Amino acid sequence: MSILSYNGSAMVAMKGKNCVAIATDKRFGIQAQTISMDFPKVFQMGPHLFIGLPGLATDTQTVMEKLRFRKNLIEYAVRKTFRPENRHITPTVFASLVSNMLYEKRFGPFFVEPVIAGLDSKSGDPFVCNMDLIGCPNAPEDFVVGGTASAQLYGMCESLWEPDLSPDDLFETISQALINAFDRDAISGWGATVYIIEKDKITTKALKTRMD
Amino acid sequence: MALAEICGFTDFASYNNRILDTNIATNNFNFANNLELAVPPFSNPAHMLSQFNKDETGREIKIKFDHGTTTLGFQYQGGVVLAVDSRATGGSFIGSQTMKKIVEINDFLLGTLAGGAADCVYWDRVLAKQCRMYELRNRERISVAAASKLMANMVYNYKGMGLSMGMMLAGWDKRGPQLYYVDSEGTRTPGKVFSVGSGSVYAFGVLDSGYKWDLTDDEAYELGRRSIYHATHRDAYSGGIVRVYHMKSTGWEHIDNNDCMDLHYKYKEAKDAAENEII
Repeated sequence: MSILSYNGSAMVAMKGKNCVAIATDKRFGIQAQTISMDFPKVFQMGPHLFIGLPGLATDTQTVMEKLRFRKNLIEYAVRKTFRPENRHITPTVFASLVSNMLYEKRFGPFFVEPVIAGLDSKSGDPFVCNMDLIGCPNAPEDFVVGGTASAQLYGMCESLWEPDLSPDDLFETISQALINAFDRDAISGWGATVYIIEKDKITTKALKTRMD
Repeated sequence: MALAEICGFTDFASYNNRILDTNIATNNFNFANNLELAVPPFSNPAHMLSQFNKDETGREIKIKFDHGTTTLGFQYQGGVVLAVDSRATGGSFIGSQTMKKIVEINDFLLGTLAGGAADCVYWDRVLAKQCRMYELRNRERISVAAASKLMANMVYNYKGMGLSMGMMLAGWDKRGPQLYYVDSEGTRTPGKVFSVGSGSVYAFGVLDSGYKWDLTDDEAYELGRRSIYHATHRDAYSGGIVRVYHMKSTGWEHIDNNDCMDLHYKYKEAKDAAENEII
């Protein structure tokens, strides 16, 4: 059994028109035993930037804290020396930071497969990106997935996603994709959260799901 | 027939029959006899089979069967109640949410499935046939004790070869309501309260705390239902639908099916309402 499927998780991020969304399940379990149904796996790293860390739960937390530290260092240095107007890290730079940090541990990796979603702080362009556990980045034009239900998520996204979705339609699409994917996975689910990221608004919604 | 005679075939008809007979015997195993499965051609198949569970590097070869389950059964004043979930998994993939894990063997005999799905379904089918044959030969229904012993003996023949099943047999015969536990290790035991499967630990927690002999019918159904629900909530490999059956003196009765999602939000609502009342 893989360490990546020790705790179980499902995560997906999608692009829309001038918006992105990231959705996650809430289960924390140890193999078959469900311990918690309110476990945070998606974290805000800027006003328009979120990262999800599906995989081994202990590494989810460690990696999140290490990333927050490195991100703060960069933002502090940039603010101090060069451009005080660019106060926040962009999603592309943040993705490079994550990739770099994961590859540092090439021969003893963190068991997480990050999913990043954000809007570019200048242009407002949507950005989604995922990586394998040693930091190979992948930033496609449509959607990214991660976690133990990733095979099911690819199937759902491949059939539901279409270009230029409005924030409301994007919410509907990503919610249906996530729920129907983890309903076919025994070790993820037990509640879900969706974040819709727009230029002037972040919407957080809790989904009603099966609890078995 | 002339050519056959020139070639030395004197009795074509019997030769033809011999081919047929040997073919059936050597190539069709359980087609002619349900109890005879194909085994590897070694003198001690159970021992040799265990050597094929490792690959050339010594790593275990695992064939992922359907495994997780929660089933329970208990006797009480009104008979026997059986309750089961309906999820079938292969690894962490959910193959089905609507599996029937209670088998209706005849009007007075029910069996539950836990463990390898194919093993359970096959041997329950064989048992159903054996019970029917008994009924036709003896002009009376088979007792639960006898049926469970048939089952235990059948699977005991394959002990050590990887069969995986833990089943309960519930019935009503001359001696009244009966509940037996039978598994692929050869265990066979009568009892009042059983729970089998990966979710059984959670089910027992609820079942043991609510069980008494004097339960009314409705209380008994609710206890079974609640126990399975709590197991599906905590156990990843149990879920789907909770099915409840009741074995009465007049035969079994299917009480109801409830989706675990509906049950969860129903129980949650009741719990929230009760909490508000206290405050």
